[in-house]
Amino acid sequence: MTNTLHRYGKAESFVDDYIVFSLPAKSKAAGQSGDALAAQKRFMQIAAEYSPCSLGDALHGGSLRPTKSKSIFGHWGKRNKPNFKKVLEGMSKAGTMAAVFDSRAKAEAFVKRIKEEELGLSVNISSSIENAKNACKFAGIPRHSVAYSLGFEDVGDNTPGKQAIMLSTMCGHGMLSINLAQKMMSFVKENRRTPKEAAETMARFCSCGIFNTTRARRILEDVRVGVK
Amino acid sequence: MKINPKKCVACGNCTYVCPMGAIYIDPELKRATINRDECVECYACYNGLSKEVLPPSTVRFVRRTLANFRVRFEPEPDVCPTTAFEPDQLEWPRVVRRAFSDPRVPHESTGVSGRGTEEVKTNDVTDRVGIGQVGFTIELGRPGIGARFRDFQEMSRELAKAGVSFEKNNPITTLMSDVEKGDIRPDILNEKVMSAIIEIKVDVARTEEIIRIIWGVEKRINTQVVIGVGVRCDADGEENIVLPILEKLGYNPQRAKTNIGLGRKVIRDLSGAAPIAQPKEMVTA
Repeated sequence: MTNTLHRYGKAESFVDDYIVFSLPAKSKAAGQSGDALAAQKRFMQIAAEYSPCSLGDALHGGSLRPTKSKSIFGHWGKRNKPNFKKVLEGMSKAGTMAAVFDSRAKAEAFVKRIKEEELGLSVNISSSIENAKNACKFAGIPRHSVAYSLGFEDVGDNTPGKQAIMLSTMCGHGMLSINLAQKMMSFVKENRRTPKEAAETMARFCSCGIFNTTRARRILEDVRVGVK
Repeated sequence: MKINPKKCVACGNCTYVCPMGAIYIDPELKRATINRDECVECYACYNGLSKEVLPPSTVRFVRRTLANFRVRFEPEPDVCPTTAFEPDQLEWPRVVRRAFSDPRVPHESTGVSGRGTEEVKTNDVTDRVGIGQVGFTIELGRPGIGARFRDFQEMSRELAKAGVSFEKNNPITTLMSDVEKGDIRPDILNEKVMSAIIEIKVDVARTEEIIRIIWGVEKRINTQVVIGVGVRCDADGEENIVLPILEKLGYNPQRAKTNIGLGRKVIRDLSGAAPIAQPKEMVTA
């Protein structure tokens, strides 16, 4: 599934956006053997050491999730914070497990460590082409395969509301609506929410946990001051 | 999906969170209402909204009273204050909407999970796309537009005419009544989904031809097309064959998904591995 591939934006807008994810080859024809879930748990435990901005289990959710409250004041004030432990403890089936990093140094160090671990899982980096190349170079790995995103046809650089598309496409499954992204942009512009609060609100809709709150905060800061 | 009118207080939060914009406040009913033809059963409203259980009649009274003073009752923007959304029992063919739109739902209708397959993400184990080949993922419906199966059929028929073979484990392929012609079963043609992916594999020499076919179809269909092009790198990790073709066609790819080649046929046995420290429960990003 291409849920991380088609994020809208120029290469420079992915300066703080590295998704490193692992998955086993599930088809019988692939003939892969071994305990994929145990390997993926180790992958995610190691990722947590490198201070990701999010961890996500495609089956159970990310480190920021919707909440339920019986109290009238349940969702006033402080909301839940990213909870990595919950993601790690919730992993029950091998699938797509992702770590989102907001810095080149963290992402590259993690990729190098994962190479050394020799888990045998397929590992992919979803980012700008150059970011992934640099991470491979740092780890001393030749790229195996690459899937290029050719971008959204007819969505040009000067399209109105492109920042809403940048925010919305950070959930590649489309769970984060463009209307909500625009609403959050308005809330930030009107100083009704901080960029951090708005980014965390949007992250709760991304059920795979791959929404990058750091990139979202940066985009929302631009929106606040009118940078296009 | 349905909204319980006894619980809904018409706060309007859900109108923003629906990726298809299919929820609106009915001015007569004064309740949130779903346009069922546009709803793709993605469950973003049900799964994504945080929930409160405030008493609906009290909330309506407060809302009406405050409105008289031009003051607005405003729950957090990602909260349904009365837990008004309720899952619907979906029958065929509507159930395919959810299978393609809610990422957490396995394809019970097709037996395949997700909107596509593993593509080149596990190519280091499967060798699905080899040297000299190109794997195309042709996704219709993003961002936030949606697509109907008749749109997919337009695309699949044109590709079939060109003699390409469709990835057999792809969910769209499993819904074809005639794979040779690219026909999709007629009872689902009007069903709308968030997005789905047609997957094909061709020789590198056909890259330009396939992209031109896609360009031709996208002018005729009422949705957005986004193309992914998966290729195998050489022994040095370089890819200098397909990228120049894409650039010649006017593309300047910025983003990619890179398989870094760590997959093996046998996953490491971790029974004797050193433990990894658990993270702190809460981590502020």
